[in-house]
Amino acid sequence: MPHITNVMICTCTNCISNGALDIRDSLDAQIKRQGLQDDVLVVPTGASGLCVNGPILIVQPEGIFYQKLKGKDIPNLVEEHFLKGRPVKSLMYVPPGEESPIPELRSIPFFKDQRLIALRNRGLIDPDKIDEYIARDGYKALAKAVTSMTQEEVIKEISDSGLRGRGGAGFPTGRKWDSRRKDPRTPKYVVCNADEGDPGAFMDRSIVEADPHSVIEGMAIGAYAVGASSGYMYLRMEYPLAVKRIQLAIEQAREYGLLGKDIFGSGFDFDLQVFKGAGAFVCGETTALVASIEGKIPEPRQRPPRTTLWDKPVVINNVETWANVPVILNWGAKWFAEIGTEKSKGTKVFSLAGNINNAGLVEVPMGITLRDIVYNIGGGIPKGKEFKAVQTGGPSGGFLPASLLDLSVDYEQLDEAGSMMGSGGMVVMDENVCMVEMARYFVAFTNDESCGKCTSCREGSLALLEILSRMCNGEGKPGDIELLEELGEAIRDASQCGLGQSLPNPVLSSLEHFRDEYKAHIDEKRCPAGLCKALITFNISEEKCIGCRLCAKKCPQEAISGEAKELHTIDQDKCIKCGVCLDACKSEAVLVA
Amino acid sequence: MSKIKPEDLDKIGEKIKRTMLLREGSCRVKIIVHMGTCGIAAGARNVMKALMDEIEKAESKDILLTISSCAGLCSSEPMITIEEKDKPAVKYVELTAEKAKAIFAGHVLGGKIVNEYALAAGSERTL
Ligand SMILES: Cc1cc2nc3c(=O)[nH]c(=O)nc-3n(C[C@H](O)[C@H](O)[C@H](O)COP(=O)(O)O)c2cc1C
Repeated sequence: MPHITNVMICTCTNCISNGALDIRDSLDAQIKRQGLQDDVLVVPTGASGLCVNGPILIVQPEGIFYQKLKGKDIPNLVEEHFLKGRPVKSLMYVPPGEESPIPELRSIPFFKDQRLIALRNRGLIDPDKIDEYIARDGYKALAKAVTSMTQEEVIKEISDSGLRGRGGAGFPTGRKWDSRRKDPRTPKYVVCNADEGDPGAFMDRSIVEADPHSVIEGMAIGAYAVGASSGYMYLRMEYPLAVKRIQLAIEQAREYGLLGKDIFGSGFDFDLQVFKGAGAFVCGETTALVASIEGKIPEPRQRPPRTTLWDKPVVINNVETWANVPVILNWGAKWFAEIGTEKSKGTKVFSLAGNINNAGLVEVPMGITLRDIVYNIGGGIPKGKEFKAVQTGGPSGGFLPASLLDLSVDYEQLDEAGSMMGSGGMVVMDENVCMVEMARYFVAFTNDESCGKCTSCREGSLALLEILSRMCNGEGKPGDIELLEELGEAIRDASQCGLGQSLPNPVLSSLEHFRDEYKAHIDEKRCPAGLCKALITFNISEEKCIGCRLCAKKCPQEAISGEAKELHTIDQDKCIKCGVCLDACKSEAVLVA
Repeated sequence: MSKIKPEDLDKIGEKIKRTMLLREGSCRVKIIVHMGTCGIAAGARNVMKALMDEIEKAESKDILLTISSCAGLCSSEPMITIEEKDKPAVKYVELTAEKAKAIFAGHVLGGKIVNEYALAAGSERTL
């Protein structure tokens, strides 16, 4: 007899760091204590999406969503909900700005407006159990491909679906496979690119952690289609949980004969191994990635005309691309091609981060607007602040302003607007973010991660960084804006790989949409967002100060003087502009200018 | 484990199908046992165990058994509510394990309301 309640506990890396494993242990203990072990099963799963609110439980079959759990909540939760059937309201999700909680996951706007293909099994299966993947139609697509379809038919299906690479460039997957299939050299390889070096992005890690078999099955299908018999899962070392789960999944697939020789008795052989990368951003670039596997210095290379691994044909696709493949074969190209826009089909997974209420992992149909993602799914900007910009596409994506919120999220539109799809980072910025400082931050990242091979990228990013840093320090000069633009274009044109070609994006797009902010930094030595320390001063308003001494007590520099109930003042020589007084004041009396 | 064949996939899936359906929250019939303090005191757990056994015996994969709190009619506990797609929900009152079995056979499997034990049609939400 199966249990009557399944408690799905998210055990992704985020939730584990928030204490999910202790919660799981406590759940097990309390369930035992109440004698409910035959009724209630606790199932560890991969990321549920809203993991900033972790640890998270989803109780099935009702679909009740619990969040921000603490160990002390568990005895009461188990007794009330699992023994007495009374879900506990105080542990449910409350939408921003509202008071009453939403009990059911499917009614929470964050989940309701998503469409899950790559993340189809999230929160539904235990990633360490291959049978659960199989019960959700797992490995059926592989069986179908190898027993009843030719290589050409598989490729045609993928081509017809319109699937494009989810790792950055958006290259049509079917076309890539076809060219490798036609290459007469053997052996051939398939590689899964799970390098995922974008700061703050965790889409690919989540897929591997939540549903490793979806990637393995996709790769096996791709291997069959092109005629490859071995594959590499290229994962960065910093993802130990993902490495562990994929390794276990590979072993289980081998035991069932889903990897290895003569799969499904079809004569098709395929096996897979994990390659742990050292975690450089540039290793995500295909030619650098294969160099890394070959044991060479991971620098991007010229690729006339195609990337090879040990001089043999190789198909490299992103994690999410691979995870889409089985679904397309199961449901058909036509079904898939009906989702999305004319040229961008299917869905895309984004990690939504920054100044947003519901930070987390979302999968949305292509063609959804930025506004829908930010406001409906993301729940808007915290503390009622104004939206200022959203960056799509990772560290070298552009900044898009409020006027572009109705932009359709697809490859073409994002490119045209000066940003990109990238691998799916999405960072939301509110009114208090300084665009010059933000551009500086991302250029500092790409400068750090540049492999150094191309002068334009290595020295160009450094030059950009120096100018931007000067501006933030109040040392911007007339002509700097033009210099940034000229440099940016030169770097874009002269660099060999995507890192250099796209690193000027944050600068160029913010210059286009937020030029006034750059001008204020240079001409008026002013930071409109009130962030660049060299350009701001903190003062206390005569009218608003009530003399409560709260700020004075908190100031780490003891820079604030004034008796109780009298006006306080800040000694500008001592002030380090840390902003502690601003946060401490309850009367909005601290002014930043 | 020997190598699996395409048709084995379904067999593996079948074995845990009910668990997966439960997680997806999809079913033909949903049986809700009311497990308030009143219900538990009156023997709701026995009713639930009896239903669990029946589901097991029937090997049916489209029936969900779940629990909810007191239905408000404490004097008539143990109670269950049966929900079917596109039909009004039916509440059964003052149950025993035996009555629950009869309701399972008649209503859940047979599709006919067992009037003898039924209170009335209509349901509140599980929450
Ligand atoms: C600097 C740089 C970093 C990249 N990092 C990744 C990465 O982490 N993951 C990824 O899938 N693709 C990354 N790419 C894109 C890959 O070069 C390649 O386009 C992609 O893996 C192909 O798979 P797809 O067609 O499925 O997207 C990166 C590209 C560049 C230029």
